[in-house]
Amino acid sequence: MNVKIIVRGKAKGTVLCAENPVNFLGGIDKTTGRIRDEHHDLFDKFVGDKILVFPKGIGSSVGAYTIYSLKYNKCAPLAMVCLNADITTASGCAISNIPLVVAQKKDYESLKDGQEITVDAIEGKIL
Amino acid sequence: MELTKEEESALAGKHGETLALAYRVLVAIGEATGADKLIPVEWAHLSGVNYNTIGDAGEKFLSHLSEDAKFKIKTTVNPMGFDSDSVSKFELDEEFIKKQQSIRQSYEKMGAIPSFSCIPYEIFELPKKGTQVSFAESNAAIYANSISTLKTNKESAFSALASALTGKSIYSDLRDDESRKPNLTIRMKTKQKDELAYGLLGYFAGKKAGSSVSISGVKELDRRSCKSLCAGMGTSGSCGMFTFGEEEKGEKIDFDDKEMKNVKDELNTAESGDVITLGSPQLGLEEISDLTTKLKGRSFRKRCMIFCPRAIQGQVRNLGYDKELSRAGAEVLYDCCICLTPLIDKENVDSVITNSVKGAYYLRTSNGVDVNLKNLDQIIQEETK
Repeated sequence: MNVKIIVRGKAKGTVLCAENPVNFLGGIDKTTGRIRDEHHDLFDKFVGDKILVFPKGIGSSVGAYTIYSLKYNKCAPLAMVCLNADITTASGCAISNIPLVVAQKKDYESLKDGQEITVDAIEGKIL
Repeated sequence: MELTKEEESALAGKHGETLALAYRVLVAIGEATGADKLIPVEWAHLSGVNYNTIGDAGEKFLSHLSEDAKFKIKTTVNPMGFDSDSVSKFELDEEFIKKQQSIRQSYEKMGAIPSFSCIPYEIFELPKKGTQVSFAESNAAIYANSISTLKTNKESAFSALASALTGKSIYSDLRDDESRKPNLTIRMKTKQKDELAYGLLGYFAGKKAGSSVSISGVKELDRRSCKSLCAGMGTSGSCGMFTFGEEEKGEKIDFDDKEMKNVKDELNTAESGDVITLGSPQLGLEEISDLTTKLKGRSFRKRCMIFCPRAIQGQVRNLGYDKELSRAGAEVLYDCCICLTPLIDKENVDSVITNSVKGAYYLRTSNGVDVNLKNLDQIIQEETK
């Protein structure tokens, strides 16, 4: 599928799909990558070394630093796929060199938990 | 996105690694929001100051950045983790204090005004109507767009930092008049009309809305309720502004007693608490004055922490509010706020009483303590004698 490139790069890995938007600051433990918001559908799951597929980032602007901390603490997603890229997620990925793409709705919905994919944010494709 | 030759060469690293990094951020957020160009901004307000929020990674990043970076425009900063005057009274470890001081020094070295406040709209003189600014603190961005007649996107810590370093931001989303028009109206229909109801309304609206939302059924909003609305909205979603009134077009959703109960049940996890906290957003002079009046002849039965910006400290002293609050058993803390405060620790505190919806969210998700949400009048009625 063709995707819009927000932050360039390339990564291959397993999809972790979130139904709910992600508030990086309150919602993810920056030292372990564990989702700690108990109201979130990915509660208690780890985002590290996954391709994180989620609708958009929400909440605190400091969430951008959480993304950077995840990378620094080696528990960041390999790449992210969003339905709507927000400023917090885009800027956090840009500083942290995490590939970020936006997929169209029907393509986005076809991505399934556990699927192996390659996010090519240089050519603008998911394989 | 179209960049000028100057911007292209900065992006390519011809003016140093710092500017290249800043332009990479601007290009990424430009792509994300469909911007076609960069525009000048006059003021950046940065988040990412409290060591609890940015950690070792953030501290090192800023320390490295400050070796050669300088802010190009007026730059103010969010609260840090503690008030240096009273930090010795809390059992904070030396490492935290050292790292927090390093963050403070890095921002000051780059030229930030050491405001340590989440209410820049209340403590600084505002530029003229329609001025483009870059506010990362979410309650401040929403307040600036909705009340202060400024224009900003709901910036992130890094996008506002990029603005501070370049004096620019992207022309898209809420910076563009076309995108500021709400396509959703929330009708305020609750019986309860206080800062807690407005905070919960904000949290509800933030979840439903896109970039902007219209709110109907509100006649007059005092400063406390208005700040609470902005903070609640900034916590739950990506919405960056509201207008009052009902849009002719677009979806309309009622916020009634039932909806309010649902939101409150999500955030209120305790029947009472060990500590009372007031000040997310920080209280300005007007609210401190009002609080002092409400506390006349009363004193707190429990520890009460009140968070304020340093900018009002002189007036709080001169007008005698600090003495009156201290008599009532409250502690006034400057430069810090409720959100992710290291001063409240789940080892020592089980649950916290607050009227802040934003505070409730972060106390629960980040500090791991339970929260009892009630309005200020109820707090004073139930927790003072």
